This record gives sequence, structure tokens and C-alpha cells, in this order.
Amino acid sequence: MDHTVSAKKAPPIIHRLGPVRWARENLFSSVSNSLLTLFGLWVLWAVFGSLIEWAIVNASFSGNDRSACMKPEQGACWPFVEAKFGQFMYGRYPVDERWRVNITFILMAITIIPILVPSFGYKKANLVALLIGLPIASFILLSGGVLGLAGVETNLWGGLLVTLVVALTGIVFSLPLGILLALGRRSDLPIIRWLSIGFIEIFRGIPLITVLFMASVMLPLFLPEGVNFDKLVRCLIGVALFASAYMAEVVRAGLESLPKGQYEAAYTQGFGYWQTHRLIILPQALKVVIPGIVNTFIGLFKDTTLVLIVGIFDLLGIVQLNFTDSSWATPQTAITGYIFVAMVFWIFCFAMSRYSIFMERHLSVEQRKDNI
Amino acid sequence: MSIFRVNWRNASSWLAQLCVLGAIAAAVYWVGSNTVVNLAKQSTASGFDFLNYRAGFGISQTLVEYSEDSSYGRVLLVGLLNTLLVAACSILLATLLGFLIGVGRLSQNWLIEKLAMIYIEVFRNVPLLLQIMFWYFGVLRNLPGPRQAMEFSEAFFLSNRGFAFPTPIFDQGSGVFLSALGISLITFIVARVYQRRVKLNTGIRVRIWRKCLGVALVLLIGAYVWVGIPVRWDVPAMAGFNYRGGGNLIPEFVALVVGLSFYTAAFIAEIVRAGIQSVAKGQTEAARALAIPEGTTLRLIIIPQALRVIIPPLTSQYLNLTKNSSLAVAIAYPDIVSVFAGTTLNQVGQAVEIIFITMMIYLSLSLITSLLMNLYNRRLAMSEAR
Repeated sequence: MDHTVSAKKAPPIIHRLGPVRWARENLFSSVSNSLLTLFGLWVLWAVFGSLIEWAIVNASFSGNDRSACMKPEQGACWPFVEAKFGQFMYGRYPVDERWRVNITFILMAITIIPILVPSFGYKKANLVALLIGLPIASFILLSGGVLGLAGVETNLWGGLLVTLVVALTGIVFSLPLGILLALGRRSDLPIIRWLSIGFIEIFRGIPLITVLFMASVMLPLFLPEGVNFDKLVRCLIGVALFASAYMAEVVRAGLESLPKGQYEAAYTQGFGYWQTHRLIILPQALKVVIPGIVNTFIGLFKDTTLVLIVGIFDLLGIVQLNFTDSSWATPQTAITGYIFVAMVFWIFCFAMSRYSIFMERHLSVEQRKDNI
Repeated sequence: MSIFRVNWRNASSWLAQLCVLGAIAAAVYWVGSNTVVNLAKQSTASGFDFLNYRAGFGISQTLVEYSEDSSYGRVLLVGLLNTLLVAACSILLATLLGFLIGVGRLSQNWLIEKLAMIYIEVFRNVPLLLQIMFWYFGVLRNLPGPRQAMEFSEAFFLSNRGFAFPTPIFDQGSGVFLSALGISLITFIVARVYQRRVKLNTGIRVRIWRKCLGVALVLLIGAYVWVGIPVRWDVPAMAGFNYRGGGNLIPEFVALVVGLSFYTAAFIAEIVRAGIQSVAKGQTEAARALAIPEGTTLRLIIIPQALRVIIPPLTSQYLNLTKNSSLAVAIAYPDIVSVFAGTTLNQVGQAVEIIFITMMIYLSLSLITSLLMNLYNRRLAMSEAR
């Protein structure tokens, strides 16, 4: 039927605007637009100008104590970060044992990075390594007491180490718990359903801080005398339960996005409840909500800072603690420390959010392929 | 899923459910009996009597009358009101800022769009607790003392003691002024209702703006001629080591509001952007084809549809903000967690009751909000013709 002769497709003509043309079209197209641009330039100058002045021009970069950061018009006091860097990373973990922490960091990297790359295979083995292998290995490495490793009390752990331990524990436990809760909430068994709804709504309705208070103050009361959990473990439980309630809602959105036909087809094939979910429903539902899951992880990662309120020295806590060191007491110490922590968190969170956007695009491309 | 409805009729699934229930009941019983034993050993009292005991500590910001002789129950009320105050102020500021930045994100202006993006990416990806501590310990506490305070038009002063601002004093005769304002407002509302009714019945738009403005002007000028301007400003002035007169916001409050609203504004901006982008382009084009003016298109076509997408996530941001206001405890702003679950818990030691009350308050705040949200969603779903 097609009698039209198609012309040879020429590449689209790309208009390259010269910088002046570009500026006129994007920045000064009208009076109000020009005013906006001027306002933007003013903001740029006011914020970024003073930021550069503070962080680079007027900053100190070397020195051994506060005297390096006491000049008039002093900017950032970077030697403070340099001198305390070990503490910021490892807390009060014994210096001779820090290699164990480093190995743990490396283990985290080699189990997490491959699972993030969609084209990399072995996802199942990888997931097992991440969800089961990593927690056991890092627990043995970090707390020691076996295999000839010296024991290290958790109250010596600190800094980025604790931040990562809390975040990863939250992530590793909240995902399976969240899936179970989401299934429970959609279950036809009324008791299971109502228990799940109750759990989810209660934990979503209260601030994390009250959960942490409960974990640190009330959990010891709940246990028989003599049984005593480590403070860090109590916090980990609190964080994991809290995160799983949010995770459950994300997973539920994924479950609800699947057409009913998927269930019906599986049912027709004679699959039971668990088979249907394990083989048909969850693989699809979880894939749909990967961006949502990553966003929950970002929230969880930022929320780990709250443990400092119950007296655990995570990255923010240990930096805050070092402000009291009199040999580094300068008016700029606090701001420098906060900016450093902000940069560390920002790098992690920004990377995760970019990853979530990348996955969103990647998945929608795959979806399109599936539909064709 | 209803396909598995078959399951719950058969006995085994009921048995499984009862087992779960039994296990949970046993766990609750075990926890409960442990708690009773532990509490008995610590010889702390139980029950809610402590709410009537004398608190014996001061609170730096109180909206209702409070002294050291007030009861712990009063502490709870003061803390709750402080939480609500800081949440309300932050919500207002965060919404304003968030809408501005969200619109900026869609701006035709390249520079403004990029600045809005940088704002969102920076504030969204840094923990809120860190931001609050930065504003409080890094910025506000580092400000000069009241003597060298930063001055804005000789009426507003920002120092490490907080933010001092003038407050109005209503002299005699301000009643006349206020009633003039009130009558103008009522006139406007009545006119508006009338306008709507006429429009619905006949399709004719009655002009009311000028008439209403005229009425208001006549009333206000009349009031001015009668009593003059009876409002004076109480401007803060240095007296001793601090300001006297006017109002003062404590630095904890300022830091918390700034931290909460800057952080939440980044999320609101993204919600607003998504909302506006969700309105199909065809809507704007159809409106243009019908020769509806630009402003009217925005007001009657784009915004109502965008709001439908914006409001549900916006509410959950408001809820998050309210819950996040509990981070006040880190900078000792006297909110409910800080004065009740903190100071009161330390003094009384009745952890179970106090944490329970605190959780219940937050829980009821969020349940009430989500109930209202569900009602709102149902209304939207009904008006959506399908």
C-alpha cells in the first residue's frame, strides 16, 4: 500500500547559536527576563562568591593546631579536618586495628557496586552475598573476638564507619521486612492484614527520634534481667523497623502497579501463593519500584545522623564531639566541620539520587522494549 | 488478592493466623511481665499521676502561662504548642519558598532554572539534622552579641540572642479601626457569594472589585478621621545586656524554622514542578485555541489540575516536617520531645508512660491528617469523570 517514496533521511539541522545569540535568547529575551537574570547573577555573586572566598581564598590549608586558623578574616579551617580525619572515618577504633575497617569498606564496595550495574550478571549470588555474606563478614571483622582478631567494643566504633553500618543494616533488613509487610497488608487473611497495617501506620506516624528513644530507653526494660543488648544494636533494630515501614509502602505501590492478569495467569498455571509471588509478582513489582527503593535508602542514609541524639558517635556526632577539643577551638571550626560532613553526605546522597534517575530511564526503556 | 479468597475460608489459614496472633500475644505478655519486674526493681512509680506533679524547671519559650511551679501536664501542653508553632511557621515558609523555587525550576530563564536546580540538589541531599545544627551552632550562635547586632531598618535586630522585632500596641479607639476592617471584609465576602450565584444562574459576571474597594476606603478613611491611627509600634531597644520591648524569637526557634523550611522547600519545589508538568500540553494549547487569555488559562485551567497532583504529596511533606520538628531536641528548642520526652523523662523516669504519650500525640496528628487527605482524595476521585 505504501507508494510514497521516502526521501533519503538527512541529518537534522542543528542550529548552533553563538554565545551572544544564546544569551540573548535564554537570558535577555524580554525586560522581565533580563531582570530575572540580573537577580540570578546577584544571587550567584552573593552566595558562590562568598563561599569561594570562605572555602579557598581566606581558608587555611596547613597547620597543627588552632594558631593556623586565627588570622583576621579567617575562612575555613581545613587543617582541623586533616588532623581529625582518622577519627572522622573510624571513630575511636584502635589505630592498629583500622585495617579491619578498611577491609570492611572494601567488602561493602565489592558487594554493592556490581549489584547496581544492570548489565552485570550473577544478580542472585550477588544478592545473597550482600544480604547474608556481608553482614556476617563485617560483623566478625569489626567486632572481632574470634579467629584471633582482638575484640573491639561497639562504643569505640564511630565516624563514617558507624554511619555506613547503621545505613547498611537498615537497608539489608528493611527490604525483606518491608516486602513481608507489604504482602501482609495486601493479604486476604484479616488478622495478618490488620497487624501489618497497624505496624506500618504506627511506624510511619511517629518521628524516628521517638523510635530511637524507645530503643535506647525502653528496650532494656522489655527484656528479662541480665539480658542486655548493645546500645548500637538497639539503635540498629529501631532504624531497621522504622525503615521497613516506609519500604513496605514503596513495595506495595509496586505490587499494586501490576495488572491483575499476572496473578490470574499464575493462578491458572496452578501456582500457589508463595510460588506466584516469588516467581511472577515480586520480580516484576520490585523492578518497577527500584527508584522508590533507592529514594527510601537516601532518606534512611540521611536519617542515620539521628543516632547521635541517643549518644552514638556517627560521622556528624564525632565531628560535633571534636569541636570541644580546645587545641582546635576557633570561631571557624564548627562551620568547617559541618561543611565537611555536609560534603560527605552530599556525595553519597547525590550519587544515589542520580542512580535512581538512571534506573528510572533504564527501566522505562526496557518497558518499551517489552511492549514491542 | 481476591483470587486467594479461597484460602482464608479453609481452616489451615485460620490456624496459621491464630498461631501468629498467639505468638504476638505471648511476646507482648513476655515483654509486659519483664517490664513490670524491671520497673518494680527500679522502684519507679507507674500510672499517669506524675502529670499533676510540680515540674520545677523553666522553659525558654512558652505560648501559655507557665512557671516552674506548673505541673508536668502543663509542660506537655507547652511542648505541644511549641511543636505546633514551629511546624506552622516552617510550613508557611517552606510552601512559599518551595513554590517559588518549583516555578523557578520551570523558568524560561536558563540562569534561574539552574540556580533553582542547585538549590534543590544541595538542600535535599544533606541530612536535616546537620542543617539544623549548622544554622544553630554554626551561624546563629556565632553571631555578635546584642550590642553589635545586625540591624535592619533600625527595627529588626539579629544577634546571638535571637531575632528582635517590633510589635504593635493597640491604643484606645483601635476597636473602631478593626471593625471598619471587619465590615469591609464581610462586604467583600457577601459580594463574592452574590457574584458567584449570579454567574451560575445567568452567566453574567458582576463587577464587584471597585465597589468593594470603595466601601473599604470610605470606612477606613472615616475611621481615620474619627480616631486617627491608634496603633503604635513597640520597637526593641538596648537595655542592659539585651533588648527590651517588642518581640523576640529565641535563636533555637529561628534555627529550627530556617532549617526545616529550607530543607522541606527543596522537596516541595520538586512536587510543584512535577504537578505543573503533569498538566498535559494540550490543555494549554486548547485554551489558546479558544482565545482564553494567558492569565486566565493559568488560573482556571493549569493550576486547578496541577493542584490535584500537588496536594497529596504536599500534605505528606507537611506531615514529615511536623515529625522532623522533633529534631528540636538536638538544639534544645523546647518542643514536645525536648521538654517532655527529654527533661520530664529524666526527672520522673517513667519511660513507658512518657514515650507512649509522645508517640500517641504524633500518631494522632498524622492519623488526623491522613484521614482528611483520604476524604479529599475521595472528593477528587468523584469529580473525576470516568
